[in-house]
Amino acid sequence: MKLGDYLGSALVAIRLNAMRSILTTLGIIIGVASVIVMSAIGSGARQQVEQQISALGTNMLTISPGSSRGGGRRGGAGSAPPLAQADMDTLVDRLPEITAATSSLNVNAALIYGNANWTSQVTGTHAEFPDVRDWAIEDGRYFTPEEANGGAKVIVLGSSVVRQLFGSASPVGEQIRVAGVPFEVIGVMATRGATGGWRDQDDVAFIPISTARSRLAGQNLTVPNQIGTILAKIDERADMLAVETDIIDILRDRRRVGDGAKDNFSVRNVAELVSARRAAQQTLTWLLAATAAISLVVGGIGIMNIMLVSVTERTREIGLRMAIGARRQDILAQFLTESVVLCLIGGAIGLAIGVGATWGITRIADMPILINADIVLIAIAASAFVGVVFGFVPARKAASLNPIDALRYE
Amino acid sequence: MNTAPLIACRDLTKTYIMGEQSLQVLKGVSFEIARGEFVAIMGPSGSGKSTLLNLIGALDTPTSGKLLIDGADIGGMATNDLADLRNRVIGFVFQQFNLLKRTSALENVKLPLLYASGRGGDADTRARKRLEEVGLGERLDHTPAQLSGGQQQRVAMARALVTDPQLILADEPTGALDTETSNEIMKLLTALHRNGLTVVVVTHEPEIAEYAERLMRFRDGLLVEDIRQTPRIAA
Repeated sequence: MKLGDYLGSALVAIRLNAMRSILTTLGIIIGVASVIVMSAIGSGARQQVEQQISALGTNMLTISPGSSRGGGRRGGAGSAPPLAQADMDTLVDRLPEITAATSSLNVNAALIYGNANWTSQVTGTHAEFPDVRDWAIEDGRYFTPEEANGGAKVIVLGSSVVRQLFGSASPVGEQIRVAGVPFEVIGVMATRGATGGWRDQDDVAFIPISTARSRLAGQNLTVPNQIGTILAKIDERADMLAVETDIIDILRDRRRVGDGAKDNFSVRNVAELVSARRAAQQTLTWLLAATAAISLVVGGIGIMNIMLVSVTERTREIGLRMAIGARRQDILAQFLTESVVLCLIGGAIGLAIGVGATWGITRIADMPILINADIVLIAIAASAFVGVVFGFVPARKAASLNPIDALRYE
Repeated sequence: MNTAPLIACRDLTKTYIMGEQSLQVLKGVSFEIARGEFVAIMGPSGSGKSTLLNLIGALDTPTSGKLLIDGADIGGMATNDLADLRNRVIGFVFQQFNLLKRTSALENVKLPLLYASGRGGDADTRARKRLEEVGLGERLDHTPAQLSGGQQQRVAMARALVTDPQLILADEPTGALDTETSNEIMKLLTALHRNGLTVVVVTHEPEIAEYAERLMRFRDGLLVEDIRQTPRIAA
């Protein structure tokens, strides 16, 4: 007997009890649909994290004052001495692995344009900042080294700030006020994307670091040429951990941290931050897999139940088939095919519902969602597998019937 | 043509074991059925005729004794070989027709060919031809529910014939039919016999047994009567 014949008789048998068959596959339908939806959400989130990583750059180190290793905030922000421009210059001089570095000084300030106002993080930086962060300028230009060091009152805005203050109009050439000081908008940064959990990377504005020091952060400064954080771009071929250790050694020396005392600054690796997020996502994936497995097992038990009923109902048919020449393996294959087809129908319906629901979620909630071809194939394969596993017992029961008893069955 | 008997059995016994009790339903039966014979098997219930039918239908194997069907020894045959023998040599006709419901007459008749090894291809043509022979050429697409009892039994006979068997084994073929339809079915069996097929009918109705040329009577697990008779001529 050929596969086509088995398929044909399976479809006839399923159609004879169409309603019952569909209800039976409900477990499989729900299982497959939930796998599709949840994995679509999961891989959407994962893709977003990957984008964040590449946006931040994995070969970046962030150096900031204050201990990060005690957990929580110890002693407040002012307890550790701030970093100075000289710290950064020393690091760049002594470590050739640092291919680019920039320092920044952050202040929160209200930005005002006409009637619109928006409070954002204003960062004082150098002219190299866009290179170090691999961040393109979308409109206008970034400030020059002369402007950066000369206290020029120019500002480059992140795209979210532009949207808040200017709507869709181009801001380049306009005057805005930052903490009461007038600045000329000279450029707009490229959009990096809003991110769930992470702050909006585009809700920022950049001004020359000298201007930030003299105009905005005046009374808070405690050391000459004070800076907030140092961003260092490390050669991709260099050993990140070794460079990190070197930086720590140099800074401990410069900041006179005694032997055995804790660092009063922190060096953070972007990849470290992201790996924690990845681990959390991995847990989510396992949870999803467990849910899917449970619903498929429950679905499979439903299939086994209905197949056992079907074998009992069709005992005479089985007897007849045996009398006219069906071998045991023909009967086994027939019922296995039937349960696999049943599961695949459930899987296909579940797939359709899952894709539909995913599409609906993308429309309603503004979430990044991604349906993987892998997941679709896995879901289909899993339904077929459930069909084989849970169809086997009923099929073997059918195949092991005695033809005489089966023919006489009432 | 092969002159060896189609069915040959010697000292055939069959014992069923139910728990600690054993029940011998065939107590040593010996006979031969030649190719082309038309035999009626009669006997009250418990006489062992159903058991004998299962044995010569290759649905079961004997406890002791020897049973040859078309030259093949049934004793100790593997289940797959028995299935193949049933498919190739024997065509079954049952009291309850045993057609697949909601399946067309044509598909029902094709069924044995699906299980036949190495003779697919022209299944459709062969099934069509057999249905025409039993007078149902116009009702190929009808399902059993759309056919009368007599018509259903004709479909079942077409199904029995489709593999070109040597033996038609009919178990109470008229048990579910009225007298007139019964006679039609028996005429059809007579016609098959005249075309050279071996026909064995199990029945408890003397009028049905009258169609056969030979009558075998069983009682208490033994063959008690085996006579030649002049068949009731089909008009």
